[in-house]
Amino acid sequence: MVGFALRRCLGAVPTLFAVVTLAFFLMRLAPGGPFDLERPLEAKIMENLQRVYGLDRPLHEQYLRYLANLLQGDLGPSFFMRDFTVGQILMQGLPVSMALGASAILLALVVGTGLGAFAAWRQNSAADHAVVGLATAGVTIPNFVVAPVLQIVFGLGLAWLPVGGWNDGAVRNAILPVIVLALPQIAVVARMIRAAMIEALRADHIRTLRSLGLGTFIVVVHALRGAMLPIVSYLGPTAAALLTGSVVVETIFGLPGIGRYFVEGALNRDYTLVMGTVVVVAVFVLVFNLVVDILYAALDPRVRYE
Amino acid sequence: MRSTRATAEMEASVLSIRDLDVRFRTQAGELHAVRRVSLDIARGDTLAIVGESGSGKSQTMLAALGLLASNGIVAGSAKLDGVEMVGASQKALDRLRGRRVAMIFQEPMTSLDPLYTVGSLLVTTIKRHQGLGAAAARAKAIAMLARVRIAEPEARLSSYPHELSGGQRQRVMIALALANRPDLLVADEPTTALDVTIQAEILELLAELQAEMGMAIAFITHDLGIVRRFARHVAVMRGGEIVETGPTHDVFANPRDAYTRELIDAEPSGRKMPIVADAPILLEARDMRVHFDLRLGFFGAKRLAIKAVDGVDVQVRAGETLGIVGESGSGKSTLARALVRLAPAAGLVRFEDRALLPLSKAQLRPVRRSLQLVFQDPYGSLSPRLTVGEIVSEGLRVHSPELSANARDARAAAALEEVRLDAALRHRFPHEFSGGQRQRIAIARAIILRPKLVLLDEPTSALDRSIQKTIVELLRELQAKHGMGYVFISHDIATVRAMADRIAVMKDGKIVEEGPTETLLGHPQADYTRRLLAAAALERGTARPI
Repeated sequence: MVGFALRRCLGAVPTLFAVVTLAFFLMRLAPGGPFDLERPLEAKIMENLQRVYGLDRPLHEQYLRYLANLLQGDLGPSFFMRDFTVGQILMQGLPVSMALGASAILLALVVGTGLGAFAAWRQNSAADHAVVGLATAGVTIPNFVVAPVLQIVFGLGLAWLPVGGWNDGAVRNAILPVIVLALPQIAVVARMIRAAMIEALRADHIRTLRSLGLGTFIVVVHALRGAMLPIVSYLGPTAAALLTGSVVVETIFGLPGIGRYFVEGALNRDYTLVMGTVVVVAVFVLVFNLVVDILYAALDPRVRYE
Repeated sequence: MRSTRATAEMEASVLSIRDLDVRFRTQAGELHAVRRVSLDIARGDTLAIVGESGSGKSQTMLAALGLLASNGIVAGSAKLDGVEMVGASQKALDRLRGRRVAMIFQEPMTSLDPLYTVGSLLVTTIKRHQGLGAAAARAKAIAMLARVRIAEPEARLSSYPHELSGGQRQRVMIALALANRPDLLVADEPTTALDVTIQAEILELLAELQAEMGMAIAFITHDLGIVRRFARHVAVMRGGEIVETGPTHDVFANPRDAYTRELIDAEPSGRKMPIVADAPILLEARDMRVHFDLRLGFFGAKRLAIKAVDGVDVQVRAGETLGIVGESGSGKSTLARALVRLAPAAGLVRFEDRALLPLSKAQLRPVRRSLQLVFQDPYGSLSPRLTVGEIVSEGLRVHSPELSANARDARAAAALEEVRLDAALRHRFPHEFSGGQRQRIAIARAIILRPKLVLLDEPTSALDRSIQKTIVELLRELQAKHGMGYVFISHDIATVRAMADRIAVMKDGKIVEEGPTETLLGHPQADYTRRLLAAAALERGTARPI
């Protein structure tokens, strides 16, 4: 298993390299640059700026220099927020995004699994139809609708919770954003668990348990463990996406996460900030896919990585 | 008022089923699977419930135990030791199941939870019904595994099902079912998915455990050999009804029902006509070897060579049938595929006068026409999106491109008629046909090209006995008519006996014995052949009862 993990980490290096390269050149293909303002700068100033940030160099040279810096963990200075390095910006926002994302995943797992398993156990009952209906709604209603509705109801109407802001991570401030992030995931998890559970309850080995009179609890536990397997593969990429922040949720609730930097950076042609975000997201995706594979082996004894 | 005798009988019954009726709600409407079935199983007795697939034999027992699929509706009564099980609560059923009645199933591969160890299942079952502590239950579990003759039972407790062979898994199932010494064991085709020698071992084990523990067994099977050897009483089912019931010996000696007689006669019979002495050699292989390289470890540094076929010589003459028998994993199917270059092989293969192995793909194409295949699974081997006519005539498109669509269609119709299917059915799709009909379609697809040699890879194994018999007869008839050579692969001795001129017995990639059919079956030389035949004889019920 350790050997497998090591090999996978080694295998991630070329992937990461390809992602960085592609992002670097794609970014440069976009017209405009970080210092293009509505009123053009004087040619002399522009030249100076370009030279300070190394943008006057040939493209391949810039690329090699970026790679060299990246290898030392240096993501470079932000071109737009000129007092900060990209590393500083990300280190500030990442904990916020991760805290929100992790809470949302946990909530989605617990609630989604519960709802899905319950619906499967009472397949075709009113409760089952209700769960399926809610799940469909959860997937189809976009978060930029859900978020303002929750703000109006719980923030303005009932005045139970703050409408926005981070407030140094106070629980009250996190509740609404976490719910908004978790709702679509609850829906997906509930649907997947329901389908897998229905399948599992029909399986031959579950019939064996029933033929041995082992009782409902044990039957459900066995079926649920089998039904969890497909969820695990789904959760890998989802976790990576959630932990690296959501533009919409962070913007609506005014949260200092990293989700919005990707969009802001791209619009401002803040090359280094975009690259930094790309690297962070890519690393998260690779890490969580590895975690999924390891978790899978832990859950399913038939899977062995030699 | 009930007569005293009937009452006495009721009391002696461990299971008493009255007017049991099972229906399934399906999208195509209601399916009436079991129709007012009544039967009794006496304490310690063995009752075989026989019938072909779809006769309702499994559903009857599943319904009695409350194990039907969720769309099943049960009516009637099934009493276990006088306790009604139909309509009983889940809790009430769970007090009976696993303790007073238990069941083993056909598929040992899927009937154990792959995520749990053998030990955890056994210990849970024992703890639940005997109220023992963990240590005592564990000791019992080890004893039970030892009792079903699992080697190193203690170590096996921590094995997962996928680490066991099919026979071992079925032993584990038996251990689970009998761990709490039930009064009744329902065995649903427990040996069907196993190799013959393993089948024999499992049957022997069941007989032994029955003698020791005294439970009654309801044996659901389509195999009359097992019935003859194993069951004191038999109930024959067809179309959801019991058509005949009685002591096994009486039913077999004097079958009253026409269907029972049909079942008894269903064993493939007759022999193949011998070939002419100087028939030309069609196919000859010398020192055939098929080795697979498994690459393991970091970047495939470690290699493991598997010798699927290891130095085999075979020869088939025109009009001759070579039977290849062996258990799963013996290499018989790989050998067949290698003979027609569907698997990479080394050695020498000569078809008529051409060496096959050096030929390029393009050079091989005209030869392919003369070499056709029929596979075991009539469901998987026909494309579901083509009509039967298209499937049958597809080979002509490749090998006789000069034929017009009409001419091809006419040839397809003729080929279907040759395998005794209505040619008008050629516009339908495969899913509308039964397994036996599909196998006929597969045969029509092979013979439409007028091949010289046909490889038949277990063509009858997936079919019911009575269908097997008609397919065997059809194959013999087509051979007599067209003079094709056959390579007939099977694990079923009775079928091979009815088909083959010569038999080769394979084990671990080698031919352990080869000879004319009657000589080899009558006077087997190799030890392995003798074991194989003993197991098969026992299956056919010709061995003495134990």
